[in-house]
Amino acid sequence: MALPQVAPVETPEIEEVPAEDRPWVTIVWDDPVNLMSYVTWVFQKLFGFSKEKAERLMMDVHTKGKAVVSTGARERMEMDANQLHGYGLWATVDRA
Amino acid sequence: MFRRSGRQCVATFAHDEVRVLRKVAAEVVGLLTDGMDHTDPVVGRLFPDIYPDRPEDSQEFRLYTEGDLKTAKIDQAGAILAALPDEGEGEVRLDGEAAEAWLRAINDARLAMGTRLDIQADTDLAEELDEAVLEDPGSSRVFQLSVYAYLGYLQESLLNALPEIK
Repeated sequence: MALPQVAPVETPEIEEVPAEDRPWVTIVWDDPVNLMSYVTWVFQKLFGFSKEKAERLMMDVHTKGKAVVSTGARERMEMDANQLHGYGLWATVDRA
Repeated sequence: MFRRSGRQCVATFAHDEVRVLRKVAAEVVGLLTDGMDHTDPVVGRLFPDIYPDRPEDSQEFRLYTEGDLKTAKIDQAGAILAALPDEGEGEVRLDGEAAEAWLRAINDARLAMGTRLDIQADTDLAEELDEAVLEDPGSSRVFQLSVYAYLGYLQESLLNALPEIK
């Protein structure tokens, strides 16, 4: 059978930011054990976020399964994730 | 359960609570000191891979950080043991720093137990407990589930007893 004919899409010329220049992110993942109030407290304590911001992030983790909690240089993100592990949150590092 | 008293978080623990908390904290210390087994899902949860898709990078990072992280976790579990009476009932008074160590240590214990008990997002703890009691009221699962639930209430009470973060 013939595949449906699709007009070729012109590739828009977007300047790709080279991978090595893109910042890194720390991601916190949802898990079934950590209390919502505890996760909020950790975000306030560790990142100095207001209660409102910390709660919003916590809800993002809870409802979307994950949330980016910090962005920046790779070493900084590794430090953040390591500290989050100290609090028992499930954190990973990735390119933005 | 914890309540606020001046600048401290205070709780009065019954004999059984002291025994359970000591046991739980000692188990966390044991898990971290007896040559950690990285294939154990509990260890995997307490020390997650920082780069899930890049095992080599995760391993290298682990090499530099795991020792300190492990020491911190042993110390925070030690803070529970240090504040509790050796046996019998007693009052525990925590300043800000000790309260933080307790929160982190209770959380580690809950993560360890929650992983062993296979707690999932849709787990209804009361329901699990009812089922386990029906099956065998004297089982270890009934005990573990009860302790897990208790630790959740205790952690929540300590969070509520903390002074607001400025």
